[in-house]
Amino acid sequence: MAEPPFNPADAVILMKGVTAGALRQPARPVAVDVNWEVRAGDYWVIGGLQGAGKTDLLMMAAGLMPPLRGTYQFLGERMPIFEEGRLAHRLRLGLVFDTGQLFNHLTVAENIALPLRYHQNLSAGEAAAQVRELLEWCGLESRADTTPGTLGRNWAKRAGLARALVLKPEVLLLDAPISGLDLRQTHWWLDFLGQLHRGHPFLGGRPMTLVATASDLRPWKGRARQFAVLRDDRFVVLGDWAQLEAASRDLARELWAAEAGGD
Amino acid sequence: MAETAGVVRGLEAPLPRSLSHFLGHRLFNFLLTTRGLGAFALITLGVILKKWRVARRVVWPMMCREVARAGLRLLPMFLYLSVALGLVIIGQSVSWLTRVGAIEYLGAIMVLVVVRELGPLMAALLVLARVGTATVIELGTARAMGEVEALEALGIDPVHYLVAPRVIGMAVGVFSLTVYLILGALVSGYLWAFVQDVPLLPGDYFQQLAGALSWPDFVLLGLKTTAFGFIIAVVTCYHGLAQPLRLEEVSAATVRAVAQSVIVCALVDAGFIVVYLTV
Repeated sequence: MAEPPFNPADAVILMKGVTAGALRQPARPVAVDVNWEVRAGDYWVIGGLQGAGKTDLLMMAAGLMPPLRGTYQFLGERMPIFEEGRLAHRLRLGLVFDTGQLFNHLTVAENIALPLRYHQNLSAGEAAAQVRELLEWCGLESRADTTPGTLGRNWAKRAGLARALVLKPEVLLLDAPISGLDLRQTHWWLDFLGQLHRGHPFLGGRPMTLVATASDLRPWKGRARQFAVLRDDRFVVLGDWAQLEAASRDLARELWAAEAGGD
Repeated sequence: MAETAGVVRGLEAPLPRSLSHFLGHRLFNFLLTTRGLGAFALITLGVILKKWRVARRVVWPMMCREVARAGLRLLPMFLYLSVALGLVIIGQSVSWLTRVGAIEYLGAIMVLVVVRELGPLMAALLVLARVGTATVIELGTARAMGEVEALEALGIDPVHYLVAPRVIGMAVGVFSLTVYLILGALVSGYLWAFVQDVPLLPGDYFQQLAGALSWPDFVLLGLKTTAFGFIIAVVTCYHGLAQPLRLEEVSAATVRAVAQSVIVCALVDAGFIVVYLTV
Protein backbone atom coordinates (compact mmCIF):
# COMPACT_ATOMS: atom_id res chain seq x y z
CA MET A 1 0.00 0.00 0.00
CA ALA A 2 1.39 3.36 -1.00
CA GLU A 3 2.25 5.74 1.82
CA PRO A 4 -0.05 8.79 2.03
CA PRO A 5 1.51 12.05 0.77
CA PHE A 6 3.37 13.90 3.48
CA ASN A 7 1.89 17.11 4.78
CA PRO A 8 4.53 19.26 6.52
CA ALA A 9 1.88 20.36 9.00
CA ASP A 10 1.79 16.76 10.31
CA ALA A 11 5.52 16.70 10.97
CA VAL A 12 6.68 16.04 14.48
CA ILE A 13 10.08 17.46 13.76
CA LEU A 14 10.51 19.80 10.81
CA MET A 15 13.89 21.35 10.07
CA LYS A 16 14.42 23.67 7.11
CA GLY A 17 17.89 24.89 6.28
CA VAL A 18 18.97 24.37 9.88
CA THR A 19 22.56 24.80 10.99
CA ALA A 20 23.27 23.35 14.42
CA GLY A 21 26.13 24.59 16.58
CA ALA A 22 28.23 22.64 19.06
CA LEU A 23 26.81 22.55 22.58
CA ARG A 24 30.10 23.66 24.17
CA GLN A 25 30.96 26.13 21.41
CA PRO A 26 27.62 27.32 20.08
CA ALA A 27 29.15 29.43 17.31
CA ARG A 28 30.90 26.42 15.74
CA PRO A 29 28.61 24.71 13.19
CA VAL A 30 28.50 20.92 13.30
CA ALA A 31 25.56 20.23 10.98
CA VAL A 32 24.91 22.60 8.10
CA ASP A 33 21.74 23.04 6.04
CA VAL A 34 19.76 20.23 7.64
CA ASN A 35 16.43 19.58 5.96
CA TRP A 36 14.65 16.87 7.89
CA GLU A 37 11.10 15.78 8.50
CA VAL A 38 10.09 13.29 11.16
CA ARG A 39 6.52 12.03 11.22
CA ALA A 40 4.58 10.67 14.15
CA GLY A 41 5.45 7.02 14.71
CA ASP A 42 8.79 7.22 12.87
CA TYR A 43 11.83 5.39 14.20
CA TRP A 44 15.00 7.13 13.06
CA VAL A 45 18.63 6.36 13.64
CA ILE A 46 21.24 9.00 12.81
CA GLY A 47 24.62 7.47 12.09
CA GLY A 48 27.95 9.19 12.21
CA LEU A 49 31.46 8.65 13.39
CA GLN A 50 32.38 9.74 16.88
CA GLY A 51 32.80 13.49 17.03
CA ALA A 52 30.69 14.06 13.92
CA GLY A 53 28.23 16.23 15.84
CA LYS A 54 25.34 13.79 16.34
CA THR A 55 25.00 14.72 19.99
CA ASP A 56 25.00 18.44 19.22
CA LEU A 57 22.34 17.99 16.56
CA LEU A 58 20.25 15.98 19.02
CA MET A 59 20.68 18.61 21.76
CA MET A 60 19.52 21.26 19.32
CA ALA A 61 16.57 19.05 18.34
CA ALA A 62 15.76 18.67 22.05
CA GLY A 63 15.56 22.44 22.35
CA LEU A 64 18.62 22.96 24.52
CA MET A 65 19.97 25.56 22.11
CA PRO A 66 18.64 27.44 19.12
CA PRO A 67 19.76 26.62 15.58
CA LEU A 68 22.41 28.97 14.22
CA ARG A 69 20.39 29.32 11.02
CA GLY A 70 17.15 28.06 9.56
CA THR A 71 13.86 27.15 11.19
CA TYR A 72 13.09 24.22 13.41
CA GLN A 73 9.53 23.36 14.39
CA PHE A 74 8.47 20.72 16.87
CA LEU A 75 4.82 19.71 16.50
CA GLY A 76 4.11 22.95 14.72
CA GLU A 77 5.80 25.26 17.20
CA ARG A 78 9.09 26.97 16.71
CA MET A 79 11.95 25.65 18.83
CA PRO A 80 13.63 26.19 21.19
CA ILE A 81 10.92 26.82 23.76
CA PHE A 82 12.06 28.60 26.90
CA GLU A 83 8.82 30.37 27.81
CA GLU A 84 6.95 29.01 30.82
CA GLY A 85 3.64 29.33 28.97
CA ARG A 86 4.71 26.86 26.28
CA LEU A 87 6.48 24.44 28.60
CA ALA A 88 3.73 21.82 28.31
CA HIS A 89 4.35 21.69 24.56
CA ARG A 90 8.08 21.39 25.11
CA LEU A 91 7.57 18.45 27.50
CA ARG A 92 6.00 16.39 24.72
CA LEU A 93 9.61 15.72 23.76
CA GLY A 94 11.96 13.64 25.91
CA LEU A 95 15.72 13.34 25.78
CA VAL A 96 17.93 10.48 26.95
CA PHE A 97 21.59 11.40 27.38
CA ASP A 98 24.50 9.18 26.43
CA THR A 99 25.59 8.55 30.02
CA GLY A 100 22.22 9.14 31.62
CA GLN A 101 23.32 12.52 33.05
CA LEU A 102 21.75 11.66 36.39
CA PHE A 103 21.71 14.13 39.26
CA ASN A 104 24.42 12.93 41.59
CA HIS A 105 22.81 14.23 44.78
CA LEU A 106 19.69 12.12 44.20
CA THR A 107 19.13 8.36 44.23
CA VAL A 108 17.94 6.56 41.11
CA ALA A 109 14.32 6.61 42.32
CA GLU A 110 14.57 10.30 43.20
CA ASN A 111 16.09 11.04 39.80
CA ILE A 112 13.16 9.37 38.08
CA ALA A 113 10.62 11.07 40.34
CA LEU A 114 12.06 14.57 40.01
CA PRO A 115 10.46 15.70 36.72
CA LEU A 116 7.11 14.29 37.77
CA ARG A 117 7.25 15.88 41.21
CA TYR A 118 8.49 19.20 39.85
CA HIS A 119 5.94 19.64 37.07
CA GLN A 120 2.96 18.22 38.94
CA ASN A 121 3.94 19.48 42.40
CA LEU A 122 3.74 16.02 43.94
CA SER A 123 5.17 14.73 47.18
CA ALA A 124 7.56 11.79 47.03
CA GLY A 125 4.76 9.50 48.20
CA GLU A 126 2.37 10.67 45.51
CA ALA A 127 4.92 10.00 42.77
CA ALA A 128 6.00 6.64 44.20
CA ALA A 129 3.56 4.42 42.29
CA GLN A 130 4.59 5.69 38.86
CA VAL A 131 8.24 5.62 39.78
CA ARG A 132 7.95 2.02 40.99
CA GLU A 133 6.27 1.03 37.74
CA LEU A 134 9.11 2.55 35.73
CA LEU A 135 11.75 1.00 37.97
CA GLU A 136 10.23 -2.43 37.34
CA TRP A 137 9.84 -1.83 33.64
CA CYS A 138 13.46 -0.80 33.30
CA GLY A 139 14.77 -3.52 35.63
CA LEU A 140 16.02 -0.97 38.16
CA GLU A 141 14.10 -2.09 41.30
CA SER A 142 17.22 -3.30 43.11
CA ARG A 143 19.02 -0.05 42.33
CA ALA A 144 16.26 2.35 43.32
CA ASP A 145 18.10 3.65 46.37
CA THR A 146 21.54 3.71 44.76
CA THR A 147 23.25 7.00 44.02
CA PRO A 148 24.54 7.52 40.47
CA GLY A 149 28.19 7.50 41.52
CA THR A 150 28.04 3.78 42.20
CA LEU A 151 26.03 2.83 39.12
CA GLY A 152 27.50 1.14 36.08
CA ARG A 153 27.13 2.75 32.66
CA ASN A 154 24.29 0.51 31.59
CA TRP A 155 22.23 1.17 34.70
CA ALA A 156 22.88 4.89 34.55
CA LYS A 157 21.64 4.87 30.95
CA ARG A 158 18.55 2.94 31.96
CA ALA A 159 17.86 5.34 34.81
CA GLY A 160 18.21 8.24 32.36
CA LEU A 161 15.72 6.49 30.08
CA ALA A 162 13.24 5.95 32.92
CA ARG A 163 13.59 9.61 33.95
CA ALA A 164 12.85 10.76 30.40
CA LEU A 165 9.80 8.48 30.21
CA VAL A 166 8.20 9.49 33.48
CA LEU A 167 6.53 12.50 31.86
CA LYS A 168 5.21 10.26 29.05
CA PRO A 169 6.55 12.24 26.09
CA GLU A 170 5.32 11.63 22.56
CA VAL A 171 8.76 11.87 21.00
CA LEU A 172 11.92 10.47 22.49
CA LEU A 173 15.43 11.48 21.41
CA LEU A 174 18.19 9.09 22.50
CA ASP A 175 21.86 9.93 22.33
CA ALA A 176 23.92 6.83 21.55
CA PRO A 177 21.66 4.52 23.58
CA ILE A 178 23.56 1.33 22.83
CA SER A 179 27.11 2.60 22.62
CA GLY A 180 29.50 0.94 25.04
CA LEU A 181 27.09 -1.85 25.98
CA ASP A 182 27.58 -5.58 25.77
CA LEU A 183 25.45 -7.73 23.48
CA ARG A 184 22.91 -8.65 26.15
CA GLN A 185 22.33 -5.05 27.18
CA THR A 186 22.19 -3.97 23.55
CA HIS A 187 19.38 -6.45 22.94
CA TRP A 188 17.56 -5.24 26.04
CA TRP A 189 17.69 -1.67 24.73
CA LEU A 190 16.64 -2.57 21.21
CA ASP A 191 13.73 -4.66 22.51
CA PHE A 192 12.72 -1.90 24.90
CA LEU A 193 12.79 0.73 22.18
CA GLY A 194 10.75 -1.64 20.01
CA GLN A 195 8.12 -1.79 22.77
CA LEU A 196 8.08 2.00 22.96
CA HIS A 197 7.71 2.28 19.23
CA ARG A 198 4.83 -0.16 19.14
CA GLY A 199 3.17 1.43 22.15
CA HIS A 200 3.37 0.41 25.79
CA PRO A 201 0.59 0.37 28.42
CA PHE A 202 2.60 2.81 30.58
CA LEU A 203 2.31 5.29 27.73
CA GLY A 204 -1.34 4.49 27.13
CA GLY A 205 -0.49 2.16 24.24
CA ARG A 206 0.40 5.15 22.05
CA PRO A 207 3.26 4.42 19.64
CA MET A 208 6.22 6.62 20.41
CA THR A 209 8.26 8.50 17.83
CA LEU A 210 11.93 7.66 18.30
CA VAL A 211 15.15 9.28 17.13
CA ALA A 212 18.45 7.70 18.20
CA THR A 213 22.05 8.32 17.29
CA ALA A 214 24.66 5.62 16.73
CA SER A 215 28.14 5.19 15.42
CA ASP A 216 27.44 1.63 14.36
CA LEU A 217 24.23 1.05 12.43
CA ARG A 218 24.42 -2.74 12.23
CA PRO A 219 22.51 -3.51 15.46
CA TRP A 220 19.63 -1.38 14.20
CA LYS A 221 18.94 -3.54 11.17
CA GLY A 222 15.33 -4.73 11.33
CA ARG A 223 14.66 -2.41 14.27
CA ALA A 224 14.74 1.19 13.10
CA ARG A 225 12.70 2.30 10.11
CA GLN A 226 14.62 5.30 8.80
CA PHE A 227 18.31 6.10 8.66
CA ALA A 228 20.35 9.24 8.14
CA VAL A 229 24.04 10.00 8.45
CA LEU A 230 26.00 13.01 9.57
CA ARG A 231 29.38 13.50 8.00
CA ASP A 232 31.56 16.51 7.27
CA ASP A 233 28.85 18.74 8.76
CA ARG A 234 26.30 17.41 6.26
CA PHE A 235 23.10 15.64 7.24
CA VAL A 236 22.06 13.09 4.65
CA VAL A 237 18.77 11.22 4.79
CA LEU A 238 19.28 7.69 3.49
CA GLY A 239 15.86 6.09 3.93
CA ASP A 240 15.17 2.54 5.11
CA TRP A 241 17.70 -0.26 5.56
CA ALA A 242 17.46 -1.36 1.94
CA GLN A 243 18.23 2.16 0.80
CA LEU A 244 21.04 2.35 3.33
CA GLU A 245 22.59 -0.81 1.92
CA ALA A 246 22.24 0.54 -1.57
CA ALA A 247 23.82 3.85 -0.66
CA SER A 248 27.11 4.42 -2.36
CA ARG A 249 28.35 6.87 0.22
CA ASP A 250 31.50 5.78 1.94
CA LEU A 251 30.29 6.69 5.39
CA ALA A 252 27.08 4.73 5.04
CA ARG A 253 29.16 1.74 4.09
CA GLU A 254 31.49 2.31 7.00
CA LEU A 255 28.56 2.41 9.39
CA TRP A 256 26.71 -0.68 8.24
CA ALA A 257 29.21 -2.91 6.48
CA ALA A 258 30.00 -6.07 8.42
CA GLU A 259 33.72 -5.54 8.11
CA ALA A 260 33.58 -2.04 9.55
CA GLY A 261 34.73 -1.45 13.14
CA GLY A 262 32.13 -1.24 15.88
CA ASP A 263 31.47 1.44 18.45
CA MET B 1 74.89 60.02 25.77
CA ALA B 2 73.27 57.50 23.52
CA GLU B 3 72.29 55.50 26.58
CA THR B 4 70.61 58.53 28.16
CA ALA B 5 68.72 59.26 24.97
CA GLY B 6 67.53 55.67 24.92
CA VAL B 7 66.25 55.90 28.49
CA VAL B 8 64.44 59.16 27.74
CA ARG B 9 62.85 57.63 24.65
CA GLY B 10 61.80 54.68 26.77
CA LEU B 11 60.14 56.93 29.35
CA GLU B 12 58.28 58.90 26.71
CA ALA B 13 57.06 55.81 24.91
CA PRO B 14 53.57 54.47 25.68
CA LEU B 15 53.22 51.60 28.12
CA PRO B 16 54.60 48.32 26.81
CA ARG B 17 52.04 46.63 24.64
CA SER B 18 51.89 43.58 26.89
CA LEU B 19 51.15 45.70 29.99
CA SER B 20 48.46 47.73 28.27
CA HIS B 21 46.96 44.50 26.96
CA PHE B 22 47.11 43.04 30.43
CA LEU B 23 45.38 46.03 32.02
CA GLY B 24 42.81 46.26 29.24
CA HIS B 25 42.15 42.54 29.54
CA ARG B 26 41.66 42.81 33.30
CA LEU B 27 39.37 45.81 32.95
CA PHE B 28 37.34 44.11 30.26
CA ASN B 29 37.03 40.98 32.40
CA PHE B 30 36.00 43.07 35.39
CA LEU B 31 33.25 44.77 33.37
CA LEU B 32 32.05 41.46 31.94
CA THR B 33 31.97 39.84 35.36
CA THR B 34 30.14 42.82 36.86
CA ARG B 35 27.58 42.70 34.10
CA GLY B 36 27.22 38.92 34.41
CA LEU B 37 26.85 39.04 38.18
CA GLY B 38 24.33 41.85 37.99
CA ALA B 39 22.25 40.07 35.38
CA PHE B 40 22.43 36.79 37.30
CA ALA B 41 21.35 38.51 40.53
CA LEU B 42 18.36 40.11 38.79
CA ILE B 43 17.38 36.84 37.11
CA THR B 44 17.63 35.02 40.44
CA LEU B 45 15.48 37.62 42.19
CA GLY B 46 12.95 37.47 39.38
CA VAL B 47 12.79 33.67 39.52
CA ILE B 48 12.41 33.64 43.32
CA LEU B 49 9.53 36.12 43.17
CA LYS B 50 7.84 34.70 40.08
CA LYS B 51 8.13 31.03 40.96
CA TRP B 52 7.65 31.24 44.69
CA ARG B 53 4.76 28.80 44.58
CA VAL B 54 5.92 26.66 41.65
CA ALA B 55 6.84 23.06 42.54
CA ARG B 56 6.84 23.98 46.22
CA ARG B 57 6.77 20.34 47.30
CA VAL B 58 10.16 19.94 45.65
CA VAL B 59 11.75 23.34 46.16
CA TRP B 60 10.60 24.26 49.67
CA PRO B 61 12.11 21.16 51.32
CA MET B 62 15.34 22.03 49.50
CA MET B 63 15.16 25.55 50.94
CA CYS B 64 14.76 24.08 54.43
CA ARG B 65 17.78 21.86 53.83
CA GLU B 66 19.82 24.85 52.68
CA VAL B 67 18.76 26.90 55.71
CA ALA B 68 19.88 24.01 57.92
CA ARG B 69 23.11 23.70 55.99
CA ALA B 70 24.00 27.41 55.98
CA GLY B 71 22.61 28.07 59.44
CA LEU B 72 21.75 25.39 61.92
CA ARG B 73 24.69 23.09 61.23
CA LEU B 74 27.16 25.94 61.66
CA LEU B 75 25.71 26.99 65.00
CA PRO B 76 28.19 25.14 67.27
CA MET B 77 31.13 26.71 65.46
CA PHE B 78 29.49 30.13 65.69
CA LEU B 79 28.86 29.79 69.41
CA TYR B 80 32.52 28.97 69.90
CA LEU B 81 33.51 31.97 67.80
CA SER B 82 31.10 34.26 69.63
CA VAL B 83 32.83 33.42 72.89
CA ALA B 84 36.20 34.08 71.27
CA LEU B 85 34.98 37.36 69.79
CA GLY B 86 33.70 38.55 73.15
CA LEU B 87 37.08 37.73 74.66
CA VAL B 88 39.06 39.50 71.96
CA ILE B 89 37.08 42.74 72.14
CA ILE B 90 36.67 42.88 75.90
CA GLY B 91 40.22 41.68 76.51
CA GLN B 92 41.63 44.51 74.39
CA SER B 93 39.25 47.30 75.32
CA VAL B 94 38.69 46.84 79.07
CA SER B 95 42.20 47.68 80.14
CA TRP B 96 42.27 50.84 78.00
CA LEU B 97 38.81 51.98 79.05
CA THR B 98 39.67 51.42 82.71
CA ARG B 99 42.91 53.37 82.30
CA VAL B 100 41.11 56.40 80.83
CA GLY B 101 38.13 56.02 83.15
CA ALA B 102 35.67 55.39 80.37
CA ILE B 103 34.34 51.97 81.33
CA GLU B 104 30.79 53.24 80.85
CA TYR B 105 31.46 53.10 77.10
CA LEU B 106 32.01 49.34 77.11
CA GLY B 107 28.45 48.65 75.95
CA ALA B 108 28.69 51.24 73.20
CA ILE B 109 31.94 49.74 71.95
CA MET B 110 30.42 46.28 71.89
CA VAL B 111 27.48 47.57 69.86
CA LEU B 112 29.70 49.49 67.45
CA VAL B 113 32.16 46.69 66.90
CA VAL B 114 30.09 43.55 67.24
CA VAL B 115 26.57 44.52 66.16
CA ARG B 116 27.43 46.92 63.38
CA GLU B 117 30.65 45.56 61.94
CA LEU B 118 32.40 42.41 63.07
CA GLY B 119 29.34 40.25 63.70
CA PRO B 120 27.79 40.49 60.22
CA LEU B 121 31.13 40.43 58.40
CA MET B 122 32.47 37.48 60.36
CA ALA B 123 29.26 35.52 59.87
CA ALA B 124 29.31 36.24 56.14
CA LEU B 125 32.95 35.19 55.75
CA LEU B 126 32.41 31.98 57.68
CA VAL B 127 29.33 31.05 55.68
CA LEU B 128 31.33 31.81 52.53
CA ALA B 129 34.14 29.54 53.70
CA ARG B 130 31.96 26.69 54.86
CA VAL B 131 29.01 26.76 52.45
CA GLY B 132 29.91 29.14 49.61
CA THR B 133 32.96 27.18 48.51
CA ALA B 134 31.01 23.92 48.64
CA THR B 135 28.32 25.55 46.51
CA VAL B 136 30.75 26.48 43.73
CA ILE B 137 32.22 22.98 43.76
CA GLU B 138 28.82 21.27 43.73
CA LEU B 139 27.35 23.45 41.01
CA GLY B 140 30.56 23.57 39.00
CA THR B 141 30.77 19.79 39.03
CA ALA B 142 27.09 19.50 38.14
CA ARG B 143 27.65 21.92 35.28
CA ALA B 144 30.73 20.06 34.05
CA MET B 145 28.91 16.72 34.25
CA GLY B 146 26.02 18.00 32.11
CA GLU B 147 23.43 18.01 34.89
CA VAL B 148 22.32 21.52 33.97
CA GLU B 149 21.53 20.41 30.43
CA ALA B 150 19.65 17.46 31.92
CA LEU B 151 17.53 19.84 34.01
CA GLU B 152 16.82 21.99 30.98
CA ALA B 153 15.90 18.92 28.94
CA LEU B 154 13.38 18.01 31.64
CA GLY B 155 11.90 21.51 31.57
CA ILE B 156 13.22 22.31 35.04
CA ASP B 157 14.58 25.83 35.48
CA PRO B 158 18.13 25.40 36.89
CA VAL B 159 17.95 28.79 38.61
CA HIS B 160 14.73 27.83 40.34
CA TYR B 161 15.87 24.35 41.30
CA LEU B 162 19.55 24.91 42.10
CA VAL B 163 20.02 28.60 42.86
CA ALA B 164 16.84 29.82 44.58
CA PRO B 165 17.05 27.38 47.55
CA ARG B 166 20.71 28.27 48.08
CA VAL B 167 20.03 32.01 47.96
CA ILE B 168 17.21 31.73 50.50
CA GLY B 169 19.28 29.34 52.62
CA MET B 170 22.35 31.56 52.74
CA ALA B 171 20.40 34.80 53.27
CA VAL B 172 18.49 33.28 56.20
CA GLY B 173 21.62 31.49 57.39
CA VAL B 174 23.84 34.58 57.53
CA PHE B 175 21.10 36.60 59.23
CA SER B 176 20.37 33.97 61.88
CA LEU B 177 24.01 33.16 62.55
CA THR B 178 24.85 36.85 62.89
CA VAL B 179 22.13 37.23 65.52
CA TYR B 180 23.47 34.23 67.46
CA LEU B 181 27.04 35.42 67.04
CA ILE B 182 26.17 38.89 68.37
CA LEU B 183 24.17 37.54 71.30
CA GLY B 184 26.96 35.12 72.17
CA ALA B 185 29.66 37.80 71.90
CA LEU B 186 27.72 40.29 74.01
CA VAL B 187 27.08 37.76 76.76
CA SER B 188 30.58 36.31 76.69
CA GLY B 189 31.95 39.87 76.61
CA TYR B 190 30.39 40.55 79.98
CA LEU B 191 31.69 37.24 81.34
CA TRP B 192 35.23 38.11 80.26
CA ALA B 193 34.84 41.58 81.80
CA PHE B 194 33.66 39.94 85.00
CA VAL B 195 36.70 37.66 84.98
CA GLN B 196 38.92 40.74 84.65
CA ASP B 197 37.28 42.30 87.75
CA VAL B 198 35.73 45.18 85.85
CA PRO B 199 33.44 47.02 88.29
CA LEU B 200 30.36 46.70 86.10
CA LEU B 201 27.07 45.15 87.13
CA PRO B 202 25.19 43.04 84.57
CA GLY B 203 22.28 45.46 84.70
CA ASP B 204 24.55 48.41 83.94
CA TYR B 205 26.26 46.55 81.12
CA PHE B 206 23.03 45.60 79.41
CA GLN B 207 21.68 49.07 80.00
CA GLN B 208 24.72 50.43 78.21
CA LEU B 209 24.03 48.05 75.34
CA ALA B 210 20.37 49.02 75.17
CA GLY B 211 21.32 52.69 75.28
CA ALA B 212 23.79 52.31 72.44
CA LEU B 213 21.31 50.45 70.22
CA SER B 214 18.71 52.29 68.20
CA TRP B 215 16.04 51.04 65.81
CA PRO B 216 18.15 51.68 62.67
CA ASP B 217 20.66 49.20 64.09
CA PHE B 218 18.07 46.42 63.93
CA VAL B 219 16.81 47.37 60.50
CA LEU B 220 20.28 47.81 59.02
CA LEU B 221 21.51 44.62 60.65
CA GLY B 222 18.69 42.70 58.99
CA LEU B 223 19.32 44.32 55.62
CA LYS B 224 23.07 43.95 55.79
CA THR B 225 23.15 40.29 56.77
CA THR B 226 20.48 39.38 54.23
CA ALA B 227 22.45 41.28 51.60
CA PHE B 228 25.65 39.43 52.55
CA GLY B 229 23.92 36.06 52.31
CA PHE B 230 22.36 37.01 48.97
CA ILE B 231 25.69 38.24 47.59
CA ILE B 232 27.59 35.12 48.65
CA ALA B 233 24.91 32.85 47.20
CA VAL B 234 24.66 34.76 43.92
CA VAL B 235 28.42 35.03 43.38
CA THR B 236 29.12 31.39 44.22
CA CYS B 237 26.17 30.11 42.18
CA TYR B 238 27.16 32.37 39.28
CA HIS B 239 30.67 30.98 39.16
CA GLY B 240 29.46 27.40 39.53
CA LEU B 241 26.54 27.53 37.19
CA ALA B 242 26.25 30.47 34.86
CA GLN B 243 29.04 29.58 32.48
CA PRO B 244 30.19 26.36 30.84
CA LEU B 245 32.83 24.69 32.99
CA ARG B 246 35.13 21.75 32.59
CA LEU B 247 35.99 19.68 35.65
CA GLU B 248 39.53 21.04 35.79
CA GLU B 249 38.18 24.61 35.90
CA VAL B 250 36.09 24.10 39.04
CA SER B 251 38.91 24.86 41.49
CA ALA B 252 39.80 28.11 39.71
CA ALA B 253 36.12 29.08 39.67
CA THR B 254 35.97 28.44 43.43
CA VAL B 255 38.91 30.74 44.09
CA ARG B 256 37.40 33.45 41.88
CA ALA B 257 34.04 33.15 43.61
CA VAL B 258 35.58 33.47 47.09
CA ALA B 259 37.66 36.51 46.12
CA GLN B 260 34.74 38.26 44.43
CA SER B 261 32.36 37.48 47.30
CA VAL B 262 34.79 39.06 49.76
CA ILE B 263 35.25 42.13 47.55
CA VAL B 264 31.52 42.67 46.99
CA CYS B 265 30.71 42.11 50.68
CA ALA B 266 33.41 44.62 51.68
CA LEU B 267 32.01 47.19 49.23
CA VAL B 268 28.48 46.68 50.52
CA ASP B 269 29.80 46.94 54.08
CA ALA B 270 31.42 50.26 53.19
CA GLY B 271 28.08 51.43 51.85
CA PHE B 272 26.40 50.48 55.12
CA ILE B 273 29.02 52.43 57.09
CA VAL B 274 27.98 55.51 55.15
CA VAL B 275 24.35 54.78 55.97
CA TYR B 276 25.19 54.30 59.67
CA LEU B 277 26.98 57.65 59.71
CA THR B 278 24.05 59.46 58.15
CA VAL B 279 21.18 58.03 60.23
